[in-house]
Amino acid sequence: MNKIEEAFKDKKAIIPFITAGDTSLEMTKKLILSMQKNRADLIEIGIPFSDPIAEDITVQNANKRAFKAGFSVDKLFDTIKEIKDEIFIPLVFMTYINVIYTYGKDRFMKRCVECGISGIIVSDIPFEEKDELINICAKFHIALISSVSVSSNERTEMIAKEAEGFLCCVSTFDARSEINKIKTDIELMLKKVRNVSDIPCVLNFDISSMDRLKEVLSFFDGVIISSAIVGIIEKYKEECLPYIEKYIKDLGDIVKDYN
Amino acid sequence: MKSKGRFGKYGGQYVPEVLMSAVLEVEKAYEKYKDDPEFKLELEDLLKNYAGRPSLLYEAKKMSEDLGGAKIYLKREDLNHTGSHKINNVLGQVLLAKKMGKKRVIAETGAGQHGVATATAAALMDMECEIFMGKEDTIRQALNVFRMELLGAKVHTVTSGTMTLKDAVNETMREWAKRMDDTLYVLGSVMGPHPFPTLVRDFQKIIGKEIKEQLFEREGKLPDAVIACVGGGSNAMGAFYEFIKDKSVRLIGCEAAGYGVDTDKSAATVANGKTGIFHGMKSLFCQNQDGQISPVYSISAGLDYPGIGPEHVMLFEEKRAEYVPITDDEAVNAFEYLSRKEGIIPAIESAHAVAYAMKIAPTMKKDQIIVINISGRGDKDVAAIARYKGVDIYE
Repeated sequence: MNKIEEAFKDKKAIIPFITAGDTSLEMTKKLILSMQKNRADLIEIGIPFSDPIAEDITVQNANKRAFKAGFSVDKLFDTIKEIKDEIFIPLVFMTYINVIYTYGKDRFMKRCVECGISGIIVSDIPFEEKDELINICAKFHIALISSVSVSSNERTEMIAKEAEGFLCCVSTFDARSEINKIKTDIELMLKKVRNVSDIPCVLNFDISSMDRLKEVLSFFDGVIISSAIVGIIEKYKEECLPYIEKYIKDLGDIVKDYN
Repeated sequence: MKSKGRFGKYGGQYVPEVLMSAVLEVEKAYEKYKDDPEFKLELEDLLKNYAGRPSLLYEAKKMSEDLGGAKIYLKREDLNHTGSHKINNVLGQVLLAKKMGKKRVIAETGAGQHGVATATAAALMDMECEIFMGKEDTIRQALNVFRMELLGAKVHTVTSGTMTLKDAVNETMREWAKRMDDTLYVLGSVMGPHPFPTLVRDFQKIIGKEIKEQLFEREGKLPDAVIACVGGGSNAMGAFYEFIKDKSVRLIGCEAAGYGVDTDKSAATVANGKTGIFHGMKSLFCQNQDGQISPVYSISAGLDYPGIGPEHVMLFEEKRAEYVPITDDEAVNAFEYLSRKEGIIPAIESAHAVAYAMKIAPTMKKDQIIVINISGRGDKDVAAIARYKGVDIYE
């Protein structure tokens, strides 16, 4: 069983998202270790991009903070490598294709392996453009993680069939939608996935309240928490560690009830 | 699966999954309507009776004489309704939106010309319209903001990133992802994910088609060179497309070099860019070594974009088209020159093309012909040029 499969074994996975270099890479290191200690099952690390078109304003601002703190891709790899031996949960990167393309695909994947990265999510690589990365990812045994959205409709099955690692399910960019509508859409989306695959399905949802999470958690094998976590970092900056710890713990308690 | 919309290795459909269904819907609709006789007739009628096509091909005799070389013609896209070539594309796209049953159009704008054109077409065809414009540009082109509002559009000031055209594109894509069921993103240039580079080129290729016909009528031959400014590259692609197969015709795209290509204040993508993938396409982009898109600069808000349409990159690599950098100073000089010499105030974007014609015309023979695409009129730039020259004028 690989690292990612293990993260989903007999439980719903808690997947916090942080932006690398947000406040500093030193903080990224501390956050990863602390979140692992506090029951994160997998951590998604966003590599900042100048133009993150799929990100909401909270994560956009995190990218800005990272650049202000002198972020570079090389420094990120160096940082993760330093703590590699202390990490026992899977780490996945989330970024945009230009970052990988310009760094050099081969060089990027090599460094991922060096750092023990299990998978990558590339926001602007849809199914139709997977050829850009599929072979190089296979060569280095990095899972190329796909996304489906409620708007994917008839594309859902085709995406799910070839999905690796886990499947990111994007409910909607707009968290103000009616909860019942969200639930119906999600059920329909997951039904299509389950027709063709038993890959773990993870909710990537802009969760503004724990109540909303409880409404939909039962459908999924795990949940990515992005804006909520990044929002705490934004609020408390260098002092954010205890608040993040508490948030992940609380989340763990909620999720336990659904396991 | 084969990637679609490729120009050589450039182009493609690099957008987040949440946008794919919207992009594919446009692709499907365009395939359905592009050869539909009724659609074509309606568009032709709009272009003729609303936009005022065909635009004039004007022989710039004084300019030709003054420069003392090639004979110069100006393709007067500035005389179109709304004052630029942008109307050609938006009439096509908004009509397409209507056919698709959409009720709302959204668009990015740099100088404001595409925003004004979109707002205009939306008013005409009873569509809701929202325009995204970088904060920097709302200051540079304040009058165009009011113009769009006058036409019934809502203008969103974009404060993310560098607050210019690329950020306006980002914000419009985000908006589209949030609301695609009743909304079409009317992209303003030959860029973005497939089908936009093809679709916009098809709606703009009428420029080159008319140039060919009009010049043949006047001179009985092809031009020796067609010159156009290039930001994303829609007016240039529109002017070039008809001539790609006519190998004797030099196709020259003029990029905005700002303070110069050897400074960091430039927007000349072919000169300074590297291959990358951004805004839905594989193309050339101004970027740093980490793949972060660079802030670019030009006096012209319409050319202030860090990328270029993928078909241009293919033409460049095939050596079918040339791309040359023109600085702010050269463009402003050409802006004034054409105003005084021919009584035509070109858009500062188009002035980049005029500037290059001024360089090469004297080196050419009298029986040779240059066509410059005057992509827009310069009224919108008068205050900015005055400020550039140190005159303290505000609109």
